[in-house]
Amino acid sequence: MTIKPLLAAAVTLTLSATATLADPALIFDLGGKFDKSFNEAANEGALRWKAETGGNYREIEMQSEAQREQALRRLAQAGSNPIVMTGFSFADVLTQVAPEFPDTRFVIIDAIVDQPNVRSIVFSEEEGSYLAGIMAAMSSKTDTVGFIGGMDIPLIRKFGCGFAQGVIATKPDAKMLISWTGSTPAAWNDPVRGGELARAQISQGADVIYAAAGGTGIGILQTAADEGILSVGVDSNQNALHPGSVLTSMVKRVDVAVEEAFNEGADMTGGVEVLGVANKGVVVAMDENNSSLVTPEMQAAVEEATQKLASGEIVSHDYMSDDSCPIAGF
Amino acid sequence: MDYTTFLQILDSTLRLATPLLLACLAGLFSERAGVFDIGLEGKMLVAAMSSGAVAYLTGSAWLGLAAGVATSLLWAAVHGIAAITFRGNQLISGVALNFLASGMTVLVAQAAFGQGGRTPALSGAARFGELTLPFAEMLRPVPVLGPFYAEVMSGHSILVYLALAMVPATWWVLMRTRFGLRLRAVGENPAAVDTAGISVTRMRFAAVAITGILCGIAGAYMATALQAGFGREMTAGRGYIALAALIFAKWRPWGALWATLLFGFFQALAFRPDVVTAVTHVDIPVPALEALPYILTVLVLAGFVGKAIPPRAGGEPYVKER
Repeated sequence: MTIKPLLAAAVTLTLSATATLADPALIFDLGGKFDKSFNEAANEGALRWKAETGGNYREIEMQSEAQREQALRRLAQAGSNPIVMTGFSFADVLTQVAPEFPDTRFVIIDAIVDQPNVRSIVFSEEEGSYLAGIMAAMSSKTDTVGFIGGMDIPLIRKFGCGFAQGVIATKPDAKMLISWTGSTPAAWNDPVRGGELARAQISQGADVIYAAAGGTGIGILQTAADEGILSVGVDSNQNALHPGSVLTSMVKRVDVAVEEAFNEGADMTGGVEVLGVANKGVVVAMDENNSSLVTPEMQAAVEEATQKLASGEIVSHDYMSDDSCPIAGF
Repeated sequence: MDYTTFLQILDSTLRLATPLLLACLAGLFSERAGVFDIGLEGKMLVAAMSSGAVAYLTGSAWLGLAAGVATSLLWAAVHGIAAITFRGNQLISGVALNFLASGMTVLVAQAAFGQGGRTPALSGAARFGELTLPFAEMLRPVPVLGPFYAEVMSGHSILVYLALAMVPATWWVLMRTRFGLRLRAVGENPAAVDTAGISVTRMRFAAVAITGILCGIAGAYMATALQAGFGREMTAGRGYIALAALIFAKWRPWGALWATLLFGFFQALAFRPDVVTAVTHVDIPVPALEALPYILTVLVLAGFVGKAIPPRAGGEPYVKER
């Protein structure tokens, strides 16, 4: 009989399949995993986990809005656990999918989904941006500082609001210029438009521009370097893109969040985790590429503000708490 | 709003309008010959990627431009074979090529450079620098026109001047040469051209090739002049905006110039909401400003502002005998 060995083979296959099933998975949002920014940081965290533990993980890059639900279901059905996804855009989909897979743990970065099997990781971008604002205000000679956000959404307004507060706290009469690159997802990938917006701000006197705009930000940093002004990068450490022109980068330690989730594996707890300056979840990047731009006074001011933010002596306003930012006027 | 601010907006207008103008003229050649081309976007994208890659590898912006034009021509050739030789649906071929461009550019750039579908940042001779036109500084003190010349006309990449020169060139070729007459005739009544003993296929391929060259320049301008390298989807829909501008221009070369400058002007205005508010004393939302060109295009299509009549044989493959 040939059936038996076949059956046996099938059983072994199933078993070996189950053995690999507990692998974690990572879903990248539309920017792609090498966006030199948010998604890339997630990728670095996963790679570090792989190097340290020798484990394997699955990954999917989103190509269109329509794929989110399908990708999430596929991974959950295939048994990946935990499933980490980068980006607030997954919030709605995850709210629907999470209850269908109660045994699977999900991690969403940048949004809050209230389900028992979901861990929501949010960053206090307003605190990191506050620190970047201090540095920008101290470096500005024209007392005009620009902010260029990507798609106009509450999350990005949160960056802008914290930044404006840092600037105004340091130089109360400084002028803030605020622009958005668009209102559709295409706003994340239009460096030409970003460059033109940067030029528009430069013509209004800005000499430090904070780019919180994903791939569009690459164009903003480029134009800033071309025009000889300073820029502030976002999400990942972008200081090395234009050494001597990028003042600093407001780094979200997405890599740490992903690595932790992978390490905890399937027994991970749910709930909301807030990463701020106190637990080094958001930092302003200092390295050899921007050392010539950062003065000792700047460093001291940043350290002082970090402590005050951590102790609660300074409260940086969170735009998403009340959908308004009085200090920046939006 | 002071004069300097106005000039800054015009300066920005010219930079933003250049890729649109090149793509619009590209579409004009193709559509005037009766081949609809929705694939302007894809051609610009592949040209941007290959010009960014080759400029980085060779250190020469000109070689980058050549590579951009060559890849764009390749895309145009595929469109030509599908739409002219095999008489396929021109819209479907265009859309398919756009998708292919969107995926291929990221794939190739990632395989070659491993920077997430971006090409490495260009510097020095690998980029088209800004040209200062002769006498720009000398003429600056001349009232009104001096600053206009120095601020708006001077200080752009050579490709901007090339694009502007393409407008009279296109007009001359289309309206004043035998080739142009035949090209237009092929788009209106290919059977008549065929009767006169001229190859419809050859005329249409020639038109599609010119489209490829112009899209190639547009893509190279974005990757090697405006920016310093290719980024995924960096054309961001400019190929489609150019198509809208083409309708707005009623398929005419000079119209294409004014239409794309108008579109560029509205985009530039959207970047300066402070100016708009200061001039109109009304707080106009930025998206409303950005939507204006499309609203105008719809109005033109609906026949409120003149009439936009497309080439009569547009979109129809030519069948010699039934």
